[in-house]
Amino acid sequence: MGGMLVRLRNPSREVEMPGPALVSVLLERLGINRESVLVVRNGELVPGDQRLEDTDEVEVRPVISGGA
Amino acid sequence: MKCVVCRGAAVIDVRRHNANFCGEHFVRHCGEQVRRAVEDFDMLQPEDRVLVAVSGGKDSLAVWDLLVELGYQADGLYIGLGIGEYSETSGGHARRFAESRGLTLLEVDLPGEYGFDVPTGAKAARRVPCSACGLSKRHLFDKAAVDGGYDVLVTGHNLDDEAAVLFGNTLRWDTDYLGRQYPVLPARNGFPKKVKPLVRLSERDMAAYCLIRGIDYLVDECPMAAGNRHLIYKDLLNDLEVRSPGAKADFYFSYLRNAADRFREDRDESVVGECSRCGSPSQGEVCAFCRLQERAVPVTFGGRT
Ligand code: SF4
Ligand SMILES: [Zn+2]
Ligand SMILES: [Zn+2]
Repeated sequence: MGGMLVRLRNPSREVEMPGPALVSVLLERLGINRESVLVVRNGELVPGDQRLEDTDEVEVRPVISGGA
Repeated sequence: MKCVVCRGAAVIDVRRHNANFCGEHFVRHCGEQVRRAVEDFDMLQPEDRVLVAVSGGKDSLAVWDLLVELGYQADGLYIGLGIGEYSETSGGHARRFAESRGLTLLEVDLPGEYGFDVPTGAKAARRVPCSACGLSKRHLFDKAAVDGGYDVLVTGHNLDDEAAVLFGNTLRWDTDYLGRQYPVLPARNGFPKKVKPLVRLSERDMAAYCLIRGIDYLVDECPMAAGNRHLIYKDLLNDLEVRSPGAKADFYFSYLRNAADRFREDRDESVVGECSRCGSPSQGEVCAFCRLQERAVPVTFGGRT
């Protein structure tokens, strides 16, 4: 059991995803466009080729703003 | 992944530039992009007094931070729009940022000073919220810049914002709006000079900049933005961007280089008079903001109750 805890927003929710996995692979599995988010692990920004472990807490933070 | 500058561990990959950066060099890269935009488009002079339109979101706090780091004298202006919890929270982010850096933050409260909030104004004027909101913000930012004697008004519009607006204008071939889309608008007819120093940086860049610099911005979106057309265009452009890195920048900067001039003459440059209510520059007798206020707060003007 287990997996990395992934926090998503809009709407705000948490999902568990199997690790280890590269950041880029995680985003692909979640169907998220890399241009529209940043990935933050344990409070630190991580690039696409970073390996994420089962024990990591990951935030997928959207960066797109609406409005005039 | 290694930083292109120092070969240390990278924290962000910027595909458009085919480059990865560590935190320190990414911050430097952003400063350099702003410096180039300012120079290429003649946005600011070193001695200018600058007013930054601040929302508490990533772009406005980042541009304020970047300009101060580049040595500009920049104050901020936050407008309370009366959008429930969003407004309360966003104001807090703006205030804490200003305080932490010892910067001056001016504030205008739309409900407190003009008697209506954005949701009410939008309903009364039968406009979508972002339209009533955008109109109010433009009016109040312009007015504050002129009244405060600032040389230039800065907004945090980034590459994604500008590319999305260009995409919408191009879809409709709206030649009047196309003629107005430029990262610098000179002062004219009582309007302040307006500039967009972040046009060379993407939304993702700005969020990363804030994270790295420890800028605590409001991540949650304004609830009124959901479903707006702007967001659809941004999604489409980002789909294009992943398949073809650099597409957004190419679309926008090629427009500025090769086509913007051709639409300038379509601009409606008719002489502007003064609003009889507030004295702001206006095409009609009463400016759009005062008309909005009149509808949202009829009592104030002795109209319907
Ligand atoms: S999303 Fe729309 S309503 Fe909300 S602050 Fe932006 S322009 Fe105003
Ligand atoms: Zn480096
Ligand atoms: Zn007016």
